[in-house]
Amino acid sequence: MSGLRPDLRIIASSITEGASVLDIGCGDGALLADLKHNKQVRARGLELDAANVASAVAKGLSVVQGDADTDLATYMSGSFDYAVLSQTLQTVRRPDLVLRELLRIGRHAFVSFPNFAHWRVRGSLLFGGRMPVTRLLPERWYDTPNIHHVTVDDFRALAAEIGATIEECWFLRGDRRTTRTGANLLAEHAVFLLRA
Amino acid sequence: MAGQARVLGALTLDSGEVLPELTVAYETYGTLNEDRSNAILVCHALTMDQYAASTHPITGKPGWWLNLIGPGKPIDLDRYFVICPNVLGSCLGTTGPTSPAPDGKPWGMRFPVITIADMVRAQAKLLDALGIEQLHAVVGGSMGGMQVLSWAALYPERVRNAAAIATAARHSAQNIAFHEVGRQAIMADPHWAGGDYYEGTPPTSGLAVARMAAHITYLSEAGLTEKFGRRLQDRDAKSFGFDADFQIESYLRHQGVSFTDRFDANSYLYITRAMDYFDLAEAHGGKLAAAYEGTSTRFCVVSFDTDWLYPTSESREIVHALMAAGAEVSFVELSSPFGHDAFLLNTPGMDQIVAGFLG
Repeated sequence: MSGLRPDLRIIASSITEGASVLDIGCGDGALLADLKHNKQVRARGLELDAANVASAVAKGLSVVQGDADTDLATYMSGSFDYAVLSQTLQTVRRPDLVLRELLRIGRHAFVSFPNFAHWRVRGSLLFGGRMPVTRLLPERWYDTPNIHHVTVDDFRALAAEIGATIEECWFLRGDRRTTRTGANLLAEHAVFLLRA
Repeated sequence: MAGQARVLGALTLDSGEVLPELTVAYETYGTLNEDRSNAILVCHALTMDQYAASTHPITGKPGWWLNLIGPGKPIDLDRYFVICPNVLGSCLGTTGPTSPAPDGKPWGMRFPVITIADMVRAQAKLLDALGIEQLHAVVGGSMGGMQVLSWAALYPERVRNAAAIATAARHSAQNIAFHEVGRQAIMADPHWAGGDYYEGTPPTSGLAVARMAAHITYLSEAGLTEKFGRRLQDRDAKSFGFDADFQIESYLRHQGVSFTDRFDANSYLYITRAMDYFDLAEAHGGKLAAAYEGTSTRFCVVSFDTDWLYPTSESREIVHALMAAGAEVSFVELSSPFGHDAFLLNTPGMDQIVAGFLG
């Protein structure tokens, strides 16, 4: 479990034993492999990059190569206990539609994303006048896959707009948890658990 | 191990006709374990054969899937027992148009038209005879992939894992068209003689042209350009004639002619017809997902980005149908410059996927 990214560690510890999990943008399948091994979940993944899919399948996982923006329609409604979208929301063309799909497919949805309102990001833009390049957002504006930067408050607003209930939320600074208070300014990373 | 065959009694075909006596020739590799649970069935493509991991008796060439099958390889012979049967209708030992009909003469065009499902039923009879109830996996590419898909639809309880590579759940109009060109080339050869050529000269020029046309579909334009370009064959200038001036012409002619040494023209007609008739959804009310409703078979579907014969869109249709049926499925499109042939080559990612999927 300790090998997982901090946001995935939170997600993994919150998923119940034997649940069914669809990880959208599952990368090389680290979260799914952990959940399959430690919690005997029914693990499925969707991933855009072929090399990542190959790595995930090599772990014995069932992963389909596809695009969160176009391929979620093929999943049946309510077919998973959890749909997970970790560090992917900010890379899709239509985050709002993807979030709706997530809540349709999963009875619960985990979403994790880097918070663009973190003080370091704000400072970089305010004082530097340049698009921020940080530890969590290391790419420059022209080569970043993060095409829809989002803040904690933006996400809360979107969740409200599409009628989702926030069941739980966690905030991270580096590898450590941080408080809910002032999260929009102080958290580098957010993890939300939603239901439709 | 080489040259095994079983006589398996009568086989009722999709056409309604009955083959009075079915023989299936096959090769095996590795060792069947005590509880008979480690068998993997490897299904071959149109013009391939049972020699997936052993030397071809006619050509002397090494097995066509040695990349994947062997000790320590993705289909690991230290762990798995591999059976590769020659398909029904072929010409390397399994019953086909070259086999004797009840009157003792070769069937020729009297052989009944067969389907992919008929091929699979013949293989199932072989497994019955070998005492193998359930397969750890069925694996195949191209027409082999069609057999894999049929296996999982016809005998879901006998297939734990199914890997369908560079294939489709139905033959497209374009693919039927290419096959028809090949068949017409064979039938236009005067030596074909209505298929009754076994005591005379076989229609080698017709079969060679059929192979040449088909061979183009197995490659990609980029692959052809890279391998041959417009380079001339053993000459400095164009001949202003119709010799094989270009390397690609010489290559295709060689492919065509050498094919006729190892393959029968009537078998080519029957097997291409079986592929043309293949449409897995058709038998399930037009819904492919219905073929896999409630299946517990795990699937792995692989396509290649330059394969225009069985393009990725066809694989995606299979994947979507499997997902709609609630099946456990993996899918990846691998990158290769070599077109459809990529499934036979050492394409990056393929080892990892097949090994990981088989477990």
